[in-house]
Amino acid sequence: MKKRMSTLMSLAVVAAMVAPMAACGSSTASSASSAASSAASASTAAASSSAAEETSSSSSAAEEVAASSTSTAASTSDAGADEGKVLNIECWNTEFQSRITDHYPDYQKVDDTTGKIGDVTVNWIITPSDDNAYQNNLDSVLPENESASADDKVDIFLMEADYALKYVNSDVTMSMKDLGIDPDKDFADQYQYTKDIVTDSDGNMKGASWQACSAGLIYNRAIAKEVLGTDDPDEVQKAVSDWDTFNETAKKVKDAGYKMTATVNDTYRVYSNNVSAPWVDGTTVKLDDNIKKWVDDSKAMVDAGETGTDELWSDAWSAGFAAPGNVFCYFGPAWLINFSMGAAPDQDDDGSVAHEGGWGMCVGPQSFYWGGTWIAAATGTDNPTLVKDIILTMTTDEGVLKDIAMKDSDCVNNKKVLDELANSDDGNNAILGGQNPYKQLAAGAEKVDMSNISAYDQGLNESFQTAMGDYFTGNSDYDTAYQAFVTSAQEKYPELTFE
Amino acid sequence: MSSKKSSSRIMRHNKYGYIFLLPFMIVFVIFQLIPLISTIYNSFFENYMSGLMQIGPNFIGFANYAKLFSSGEIEKYTANTMIMWIAGFIPQIIVSLLLAAWFTDPSLRLKGQRFFKTVIYLPNLIMASAFALLFFTLFSTVGPIHSIAVNLGWIDQSFDFMKSTASVRTLIAMMNFLMWFGNTTLLLMSGMMGIDQSLFEAAEVDGATATQIFWKITMPLLRPIFVYVLITSLIGGLQMFDVPQILTNGDGGPARTTMTLIMWLNKHLYSKNYGLAGALSVILLIITGILSIVVFKLTAEKEVKA
Amino acid sequence: MEKEKGSVHARRFIAYLVLIILTVLCLVWFYILIINATRSKNDLRVNGFSAIPSTHLMENLNNLFHGTQPVLRGMLNSIIVAGCSAFLGTYFSTMTAYAIHAYRFKGRKFIYTFILAIMMIPTQVSALGFVDLMRKMKLMNNFIPLIIPSMAAPVVFFYMKQYMDSNLPGSLIEAARIDGASEFHIFNRIVVPLMKPAISVQAIFTFVSSWNNYFIPSLILKDENMKTLPVLIAELRSADFLKFDMGQVYAMIAFSIFPVIIVYLFLSRNIVGGVTAGGVKE
Repeated sequence: MKKRMSTLMSLAVVAAMVAPMAACGSSTASSASSAASSAASASTAAASSSAAEETSSSSSAAEEVAASSTSTAASTSDAGADEGKVLNIECWNTEFQSRITDHYPDYQKVDDTTGKIGDVTVNWIITPSDDNAYQNNLDSVLPENESASADDKVDIFLMEADYALKYVNSDVTMSMKDLGIDPDKDFADQYQYTKDIVTDSDGNMKGASWQACSAGLIYNRAIAKEVLGTDDPDEVQKAVSDWDTFNETAKKVKDAGYKMTATVNDTYRVYSNNVSAPWVDGTTVKLDDNIKKWVDDSKAMVDAGETGTDELWSDAWSAGFAAPGNVFCYFGPAWLINFSMGAAPDQDDDGSVAHEGGWGMCVGPQSFYWGGTWIAAATGTDNPTLVKDIILTMTTDEGVLKDIAMKDSDCVNNKKVLDELANSDDGNNAILGGQNPYKQLAAGAEKVDMSNISAYDQGLNESFQTAMGDYFTGNSDYDTAYQAFVTSAQEKYPELTFE
Repeated sequence: MSSKKSSSRIMRHNKYGYIFLLPFMIVFVIFQLIPLISTIYNSFFENYMSGLMQIGPNFIGFANYAKLFSSGEIEKYTANTMIMWIAGFIPQIIVSLLLAAWFTDPSLRLKGQRFFKTVIYLPNLIMASAFALLFFTLFSTVGPIHSIAVNLGWIDQSFDFMKSTASVRTLIAMMNFLMWFGNTTLLLMSGMMGIDQSLFEAAEVDGATATQIFWKITMPLLRPIFVYVLITSLIGGLQMFDVPQILTNGDGGPARTTMTLIMWLNKHLYSKNYGLAGALSVILLIITGILSIVVFKLTAEKEVKA
Repeated sequence: MEKEKGSVHARRFIAYLVLIILTVLCLVWFYILIINATRSKNDLRVNGFSAIPSTHLMENLNNLFHGTQPVLRGMLNSIIVAGCSAFLGTYFSTMTAYAIHAYRFKGRKFIYTFILAIMMIPTQVSALGFVDLMRKMKLMNNFIPLIIPSMAAPVVFFYMKQYMDSNLPGSLIEAARIDGASEFHIFNRIVVPLMKPAISVQAIFTFVSSWNNYFIPSLILKDENMKTLPVLIAELRSADFLKFDMGQVYAMIAFSIFPVIIVYLFLSRNIVGGVTAGGVKE
């Protein structure tokens, strides 16, 4: 008895001794290191597909960068003198941090969560977006930002499109005009939809993005050849040019023994990006015809066995990534191809379709986008000049943007740069069998129309997809599923009413 | 209390009773009582976040309670919770009783007892969230159990364990069973071993069979520990959260047929609706209270009869 | 006699059969887990089940440790929180039980009934006020709200009280007092050692329940570095594009389960024996 007890107690004592040290000590330092290294490895992996092309063009890009950086650097150091010495940036992962580290001229990395621009210290405050933690954090710090002490003030925060309006339509975000940026002139080459997402109800732009994550239909070339007799993007496009032909093709694909899409959730984004009115008018929720069409089309496809009902990012969803592939198409932007679908042909064989260069890309039935990060200035910032320069450099400087496109495979938010990529071999992608996707992506980015977004989109889309999933699987009829959507939406937003 | 002298000496020390109670009471007041009171207080207010704006707090009386009951949701989730608890508890108590009886039965002389005890207690140490995630991956449409079941012809290729109410509830009940039957077995065993061996010997001499001994001697003497197991399991069952939350990613799917009361509470906490979350908490408190009283009463009555 | 022997044999056979089935039921998940943790993500996508391990364990573990989640840190966090909870919880609950058991003071009966009554209150019902209070006390993202409340654990108290009733004779305390020992000395040097079997059982229970706790930590811990393993695991369930590699998911589950299993196998004799020995006494 004594022995047994002493073993246990010694364990408890050891734990107790470790506790105070670990619990009290600041623990921010170690966390970001793993995240940063992973992001770095991800970007190198993705970049390697275009690495070969990069070497040929890098010299010209580098010159452009050098030229632009000298001008911006000069302006920063002048104005920074009477401004704050600490720049706090709120973000949910290390993506923007690595872009700044790699591409912002003056940035010097200090450690994983801090850096320096001139004599200004840059703090990266990372709160993951899981479980709404990132937004919860913003909600608690932004309203008090103006009264916070100088070194604690948030200067820049990042947003995703799904909830951007929540901050854009409030006073916590500065308008670009107040920063001294003229959107009409400075952002002339940016795609309209990226501007719509951060335009408030009075027409003021309150943020900007360096990415235009327009997306397309990514099809399995082997299945296309077998079913359609061709894997040429233009020819495949004819078979999926609108939803009716898409559904026709789905039948053929099914008859050949494949699934058209992995799950119904693949197409949701495409339909929901092409609605005729926002989800919410005032506080009344309206079901748009195009969303209803998604429900009807999806139900038909599920019943016909042409698609599944799994969640995105589930293993069942990504099963079609593995060679030879049982799914005809996915819907996604460049980053889905480069980061998610598998190893590029010049890397170790991981048994994926991507490794065989087996994917192709076309526009698909409707244009849409997926992802993207917007940079916003927090009201109360004490570094407006530096913030302005960061936004301008990262989202408008063609040299920087070209560099980002080549190194990080971002589909950048600049018409000229995308046009250039579309018309040169720089944009060829080995995963797509050497196809240059920028032709489709640039064309798609022009067509994406995001004037119909609302601040509730993220929560409503989630609730709607979950509720309709039960309709598709036959666990609920449509009315019950819709009622479940209402219930779930009101749990998130008690103020909403439904027509 | 043997003599007057000693009892007076005890009296002198009795102020230490308060001193030794202090840490418990301080922690209880700060971390449980104040939060509980503020939860109850909140339940009478309209108080939630709309975007960046806080709505309320406005006093609205019992409107939050009315809202909870008017939708019929709360009955549904209470039923879900109880169904899944009972489906896990019944096999748990039966299997545990059997195992405990076998392990303590000297006539059986089971070998490898230590091994079996070690194995059956093992799942209890497994993090519920890891266990649930494991089950989710194993039973997904591309998971190993699914493919085995398809190969054996038990299920159709298109069957999805996560899309059927019966299968998701069964999985949750099975996980609760696996996690707790070993623990219950050990507890019941300790109760059985505490029973005076001479009673068994006397019964055996009188020619009682093993079954008779079990029902006439073991079970009645086991009641206190049996009640303890029942109460703790019931309280645990009402708090069921981790397993269904992670198995269904918080949705309680399909169609919320596996959503438990605490998962629902979590949804309101998540969307910062303090009024509704408060009202739901108070209802949970009342349900727990009633169930506990019922269990206490039932056992008290039985004891009187016996 | 013959018949009785036969029935013992039959019952023994049934007992072994049931035990073997239960053993398989308990272990088969972990077997599949081990196998799958060694397989590559595309193998997992294409072939559902495999009975033999593959060669990708190190690759999966490597991806896990260099992934977005601070899993090693998470394990340390879990050990700290559960270890401190077990230590403080058992010590102070024993102290509380001792106060009720050994002293006759005013309000004693009331407090005893009161603690029994609050035993029924699930922690979740006061979660709202709890989180709100922690926010006001600036204790969000801190281990204190996860550790200190275990000091007031009515269930542990109840168990200790039961144990004392049958195993802690008043004469012993009396004798110590006559020897001139102080009350604290009596508690720490005489009562606690006598309570060791009960303390060990409850330390295990408290440790395990704290180790497995997900609800409150998920509301309190926001910083990735502070998160305990259950919270990190829950994040995997709602995966996004950085963590949907199933090989890595299996590796993560294995990583969070197997250290506990290994420690358990070493201590199993003590743990199982302790749980069995320390049941509620009549």
